Amino acid sequence: MSALIGYKKPAAGTQPNYLHPPYQSSIKRAPGKPLVLVPQTLSEITGPLFGHELIGPTDNDLTKQHDGEPIGERIILSGRVLDENGRPVPRTLIEVWQANSTGRYRHALDQHDAPLDPNFTGYGRTVTDDEGRYRFVSIKPGAYPWRNHHNAWRPQHIHFSLFGPSFMTRLVTQMYFPGDPLLPLDPIFNCVTDQRARDSMISTFDLETTIPEFALGYRWDIVLRGRDATPMEKQ
Amino acid sequence: MALVPTASQTVGPYLHLGLTALTRADIAKDASKGEKIVISGRVFDGEGQPVPDALLEFWQANADGKYAHPDDLQDKPLDGGFLGFGRVPTDKDGGFRFATVKPGAVPGPGNSLQAPHIVVCVFMRGMLRHLYTRIYFSDEAGNADDPVLGLIEDAARRPTLVAQRQGGKAEYHWDIHMQGQKETVFFDC
Repeated sequence: MSALIGYKKPAAGTQPNYLHPPYQSSIKRAPGKPLVLVPQTLSEITGPLFGHELIGPTDNDLTKQHDGEPIGERIILSGRVLDENGRPVPRTLIEVWQANSTGRYRHALDQHDAPLDPNFTGYGRTVTDDEGRYRFVSIKPGAYPWRNHHNAWRPQHIHFSLFGPSFMTRLVTQMYFPGDPLLPLDPIFNCVTDQRARDSMISTFDLETTIPEFALGYRWDIVLRGRDATPMEKQ
Repeated sequence: MALVPTASQTVGPYLHLGLTALTRADIAKDASKGEKIVISGRVFDGEGQPVPDALLEFWQANADGKYAHPDDLQDKPLDGGFLGFGRVPTDKDGGFRFATVKPGAVPGPGNSLQAPHIVVCVFMRGMLRHLYTRIYFSDEAGNADDPVLGLIEDAARRPTLVAQRQGGKAEYHWDIHMQGQKETVFFDC
């Protein structure tokens, strides 16, 4: 049988620790014992692959999922999914979810005293094209308070979930907006100690994808774990 | 060109809004062969409290031990529309239920054979980065020689990955404990 090629391990500081006490919910939910080091076998380097068959016509346009238009600042969000070797990740599923423009999620547990928007759900999905590109149309989400500490507010963000080619490339993250004054104060954003890795969660304003008279463009590239250069061992 | 992989962030408390459209709680119906089984259990935090806002993802081979993925080059058949992926959010009591078919054995490192298992990816509010673990089955003799279970130095922790068959039925019980005496083994892979 041919040799399997596994996926690289992240460099120190570029991924969060499980225990990050400033984020209080991590204290009782982080593993108490060290993780057990295991090789990536056939079970790890494979993973579910989803295609365009899942995607409905308005799944990547969160402003077109209801009869009317949602309230808020329209945004065009686009970018590429790459692996850490710089290669595009084609035909991979992206799921996104977000608060509406008032900072309220369409979720039973969100009790924030801000209005829901009958024309906004806040869920979308798409599949990257052959060059790893994706594009969403949405509304800029509002900031909202949470109870982690006194006067805690989450910066504006959109949740992203990606699969990539393997269960090892699975990623759930959050995309932030440039210049948000809440970023330096947010314990979730700041759980990543490496500044370059942390800042790579912030999108950039992009005049090129901004549509005149219609919506502001933001660009954000997402990088998934890449293959190791050399086979790990014969399987 | 070396890029830095994008950092992980928590799914947060509103994960259902984004992740339940792809819920796959019963994939047994997609399989044409294999023993139909149900795995159920609960997820507990470090204080023994149920975790009602977790999400489990499952990845497994079909009954012949073949993954529906191009990197699986084994000369074994795929099973029609059986993808082998499951996704289940926990309920208000931290409970979950996943119906599938028991996977076949798959090759491991060297010339070893891995006992039947399911790879599990764990997400929850409070978890900044997902965790990987595995489900094995209490009625599989191959567990004793499994190359991955064997890497868990503290042998007393290995049973945390073994789903217990309930009586004669094809139902298994498997809980996740984030901390404490019964803490589930999680993998660095």
